[in-house]
Amino acid sequence: MTSGSHKKDPYYKSLTRKMILTVIIVSFTPMILVSGAILYQFHVSYHEKVAAHLEELVQKHKQNIDYFLNEKLSDIRFLSQCPQCENLNQESFLEQQLATLQQELDPVFVDLGLVNAKGRQIAYAGPFKLGEAQYSEAEWFKKAIKSQYFISDVFLGLRGLPHFIVAVRKRFHGETWILRATIDFMAFNNLVENVRIGKTGFAFILNRQGEFQTKLLREVMPSKSTYMELLKNVSKSQDKICIVEAVDDYGKKNIYASAFLKNGDWMLVCQQNKSDAFSDLYRAKKIAGLIFLLGGLGIITMAILLSRRMVIHIALADREKDMMNLQVIETGKLATVGELAAGIAHEINNPVAIMVEEAGWVQDLLEEEEFQEGENLEEFQRALKQINTQGKRCKEITHKLLSFARKTDSRIQVVQMNDLIDDAIGLAEQSARYSKVVINTNLEENLPFIQASQTEMQQVFLNLINNAVDAMDNKGGGTIDITSRSDEDNILIDFADNGPGIHRNNLARIFDPFFTTKPVGKGTGLGLSICYGIIKKMGGEIDVKSVIDEGTTFSIRIPIPEDQLD
Amino acid sequence: MSENEKNKAGQIKLLLVDDEKGFADIIAKRMSKRDINVTKAYSGVEALQAIRKANFDVAVLDLKMEDMDGIEILKIFKKMDPDLAVIMLTGHGSEAAARDGIKFGAFDYLTKPCDLEELIKKIQEAVQSGR
Repeated sequence: MTSGSHKKDPYYKSLTRKMILTVIIVSFTPMILVSGAILYQFHVSYHEKVAAHLEELVQKHKQNIDYFLNEKLSDIRFLSQCPQCENLNQESFLEQQLATLQQELDPVFVDLGLVNAKGRQIAYAGPFKLGEAQYSEAEWFKKAIKSQYFISDVFLGLRGLPHFIVAVRKRFHGETWILRATIDFMAFNNLVENVRIGKTGFAFILNRQGEFQTKLLREVMPSKSTYMELLKNVSKSQDKICIVEAVDDYGKKNIYASAFLKNGDWMLVCQQNKSDAFSDLYRAKKIAGLIFLLGGLGIITMAILLSRRMVIHIALADREKDMMNLQVIETGKLATVGELAAGIAHEINNPVAIMVEEAGWVQDLLEEEEFQEGENLEEFQRALKQINTQGKRCKEITHKLLSFARKTDSRIQVVQMNDLIDDAIGLAEQSARYSKVVINTNLEENLPFIQASQTEMQQVFLNLINNAVDAMDNKGGGTIDITSRSDEDNILIDFADNGPGIHRNNLARIFDPFFTTKPVGKGTGLGLSICYGIIKKMGGEIDVKSVIDEGTTFSIRIPIPEDQLD
Repeated sequence: MSENEKNKAGQIKLLLVDDEKGFADIIAKRMSKRDINVTKAYSGVEALQAIRKANFDVAVLDLKMEDMDGIEILKIFKKMDPDLAVIMLTGHGSEAAARDGIKFGAFDYLTKPCDLEELIKKIQEAVQSGR
């Protein structure tokens, strides 16, 4: 198994996914909640702030305009009540009065006129030629004649220019008269035209029919239906200032603040584009969104990277654990084999001993004189000697098996590496001979003793020898040179064979667990990885060098513990 | 070994304790031929009975028997006859038990299967040291 297959493992994939999800949820939830709450709060406060600002503005201008209109009305009333009011029907007097008004009070008065009850203008002072004009059919006249004071809507009238009229009804000379003054539209218009809010905010005045009483800015397009809606809303809210957000006829979102003035005849409206009014809010939202996006991206990237890295660590730890388990199993197997071998060796020992002794007994008997002359005495003696030799061979075999069994405990003991190498060779000798492999040794005498587990060391040596034998089996034989030597603080053991060598691609993976080049069912791919684990555990190293068609050398370095160094 | 002592008993008196009957029989035969008076015991119990009946110079004791542990038998032998020289036979790899035996007074041990000549040599050494 390689690290690549670990990544593909569905278990680790789902583990990665779960970790990523958990990290993302845990990080995002508070972020969303906190930023959501803050943004909402900011949104609400900002709306309130904008509304309050508009309200204040409308209130101020409403008062301003009302004051302006009342002032003009008062001027005319004052004029109508002056002691010489009987002279109002004289144009010269009227002109004099107009001049006084324009100079002393306000230049907004354009002209003055006195209209009788039948709508005929009796006297006129002003720049237009309106003397004797007939107003009986004029809208303003019909209304003015009915009330004491009157301020008209803006209209073009006879002069063809927008203007509006301030009129006062008056009785003198036993007749009802109407003193009217025209107010300069531009001057009045300035009152609202100068109201600017942000980049798109402006003000205007509408009458009850939704007609403009002020000039609109050139770039502004009127949205009639919205204004009618506003009028309806404002009527409902009486004297209060009404603030609405609405979409105009051109699909633009606007915020409107409106209030009635001139006793409910006119309506002052402040209009501002929403995107302009809330530009700061929108900017804040954009920045928050950007931060959220970047933060989110950061969190997701970190979550993915961290989870992947952690899963790789977990996979590695799992792999190590698996290796340990396998090693334990392998060692256990070896111990079981050892016990079995010991049992067999014991059982075989006795019959072999009896056979050898019986042969010895026959030999004893052959010593007696009666047999000395026998024809086949020499043959007998040769046969008995052979029985003896073979018995001894059996004894050696059982001894080896028993040594092996005795060493299958993994306790750490003081061991002599050369002995263990000899034991391993003894066990592998048979299969080596069968594969026509010759094992040569060149072991340094007086190799220092070291602390090690005999089983584990034997496992390492056996594995290396068996691998070499297996490799050369296909080749039809070869030699294994085993050398041991020591330097100042290490024992160095080399297992060199002249087998087919290991391909470079395989060389890097040779100590990986489950890596094998043997046919399926022939090798577990665990031998070398277990050797690697054992040597590493002892603080040593195992290395491999290989040249194709020349051979392979496994080199083991085991450190000599300091207390062993003299 | 001195001539008169050997004659007094005639021969070395040996107790051979081994539950492997075939082995005990043939060893006894071969030893008899070499002028050693061998008494065989095929189990721990038989060994104890034998030592109660007669005196022996040397006992050859298999440490691994089915009915009794060799070390236990050794302890009893040593209690009944402290002068008895005991040579233990042990399987390969269980020398530790044999070394324990030496602590309890055994003369020496040999690993099984052993050479007859080697065993006889050990017996003679034991007899000599006992004198």
